[in-house]
Amino acid sequence: MKTFAYLSAPDVPSAVRAISTEPGAKFLGGGTNLVDLMREGVEAPDTVIDITRLPLTGVEELPDGGVRIGALVRNSHLAANQLIRSRYPLLSQAILTGASAQLRNMATVGGNLLQRTRCLYFYDSAAACNKREPGSGCDAIGGFNRGNAILGASESCIATHPSDMAVALVALDAVVEVESVRGTRRIPLVDFHRLPGTTPQVETVLEADELITAVELPPLPLAATSRYRKVRDRASYAFALVSVAAALEVEGGVVTGVRIALGGVATKPWRAHEAERVLLGAPATDESFRRAAEAELAPAVGRSQNEFKIELAQRAIVATLRTLLTEGGAA
Amino acid sequence: MVDIRMRVNGVEEKVDLSPQVSLLDALRGELGLTGTKKGCDQGACGACTVLVDGERINSCLALAVQYDDRDITTVEGLAGEGEAHPLQKAFIRNDGLQCGYCTSGQLCSAVGMLAEHEAGAPSAVTEHLCATDVELSEDEIRERMSGNLCRCGAYNGIVASIKEVAAS
Ligand SMILES: Cc1cc2nc3c(=O)[nH]c(=O)nc-3n(C[C@H](O)[C@H](O)[C@H](O)COP(=O)(O)OP(=O)(O)OC[C@H]3O[C@@H](n4cnc5c(N)ncnc54)[C@H](O)[C@@H]3O)c2cc1C
Ligand code: SF4
Ligand code: FES
Ligand code: FES
Repeated sequence: MKTFAYLSAPDVPSAVRAISTEPGAKFLGGGTNLVDLMREGVEAPDTVIDITRLPLTGVEELPDGGVRIGALVRNSHLAANQLIRSRYPLLSQAILTGASAQLRNMATVGGNLLQRTRCLYFYDSAAACNKREPGSGCDAIGGFNRGNAILGASESCIATHPSDMAVALVALDAVVEVESVRGTRRIPLVDFHRLPGTTPQVETVLEADELITAVELPPLPLAATSRYRKVRDRASYAFALVSVAAALEVEGGVVTGVRIALGGVATKPWRAHEAERVLLGAPATDESFRRAAEAELAPAVGRSQNEFKIELAQRAIVATLRTLLTEGGAA
Repeated sequence: MVDIRMRVNGVEEKVDLSPQVSLLDALRGELGLTGTKKGCDQGACGACTVLVDGERINSCLALAVQYDDRDITTVEGLAGEGEAHPLQKAFIRNDGLQCGYCTSGQLCSAVGMLAEHEAGAPSAVTEHLCATDVELSEDEIRERMSGNLCRCGAYNGIVASIKEVAAS
């Protein structure tokens, strides 16, 4: 690991001031992604600004019925929070299916959103990878790409965004609050991550000197009937091949409210707008679910090893909606 | 170099280390506490599990400087005065180990897991997410312990040991 200077920020103003004057600096949350990537030489900050002592660890109910989650809330604490378990069960479930209990005790909300892809070539400094080294090519296209994306990819990069938590959050219309020396901005999570296009190294709209301070969830009664379903190679402690975050509201046999997002298949946490459009106002039946899933996956592009995800994603969407219809939510 | 206070198993020591050093390497290299093992050094096996303020973490992905002045417990700190921890005794009774390489991580992880369960935390296999009195079935134990791999496959003995201690 390259040597670096370490400093611990006591409060938000000093954290954003420190990063604004240190161009080669990075914030350190739980470290579960950054330390790993520094050890591999993929990340090499000159200065590491530890933000785990910042007072951003609350989960608070907002006057409008929404919830504000501090950026330094650990993943395990968020998943176990009763407000989240009862009102947004898909979020608790998504977090609980991610990583391991030890990692969730370390990982923070902000770090989880900014975790980088698990594409094999991104980690391998001998490989060509446009994300790690812009302009070097992409060894995943035509290589080992079983874990890579079928939606939102470009000829520059087909890496998936690996987070489970972010998939649930994007289904919930979450808003990310960020702060820098220039002030505060609020960014809808659906616009926070960027598609790779020709610049896969630029992953979000966050500026290098901006600190994520909170994530806010709007009040969303239909989220009480929601679930997260994750399909993977082993039952636990594995990244998603396909995952579905969904909430469903049905009245008189007709879909009156629906939220769907997909993980494991796309270059960013993928809100399934097309599937939602097909479903809203449609009869709540397997046929509608299937039509919606097909519409969402219509633009999907399979590669040498991940073509199977197209059908798997469709089936996972149908199965999740069917469970919501017949058994209700996870709470 | 950075000066930090490491408080491990109730004993405080000042150490001077470079910020790249992981908590795992500091425990083993600086303090000579070699009970905690390094399996993968990338968060994927659980052999390096220790408790920080009672919560289990992977010490390989933790920078030691980040844990300055926190209460750390390693496998060496589990036993009481002259007597093994109930989980240690149960592992011996139930063949919860073969080579023993994963065992210190399994033990620390199990201590942390039982505390999480006691506090009402759910898991990915908990049927009703809001329930706070979930029974620690074998499925629950396996899911909650999935962050600890055992290359020897001593899982049945590990699960049996934890079940026994949870029930007592
Ligand atoms: C073996 C293993 C298995 C895993 N499995 C899964 C899985 O199945 N599902 C899943 O979703 N995840 C999984 N993960 C990933 C894990 O969830 C992430 O590593 C974790 O959420 C990152 O959070 P952190 O706080 O540790 O981030 P850090 O490593 O501290 O930081 C990550 C990045 O975010 C930046 N950052 C952190 N906080 C802020 C902030 N507040 N503002 C601005 N920038 C910030 C850092 O500078 C860094 O670039 C796994 C990880 C490992 C090691
Ligand atoms: S898919 Fe993206 S991350 Fe993977 S090798 Fe290609 S450019 Fe790199
Ligand atoms: S050595 Fe830390 S998880 Fe494997
Ligand atoms: S006892 Fe050998 S690895 Fe678990």
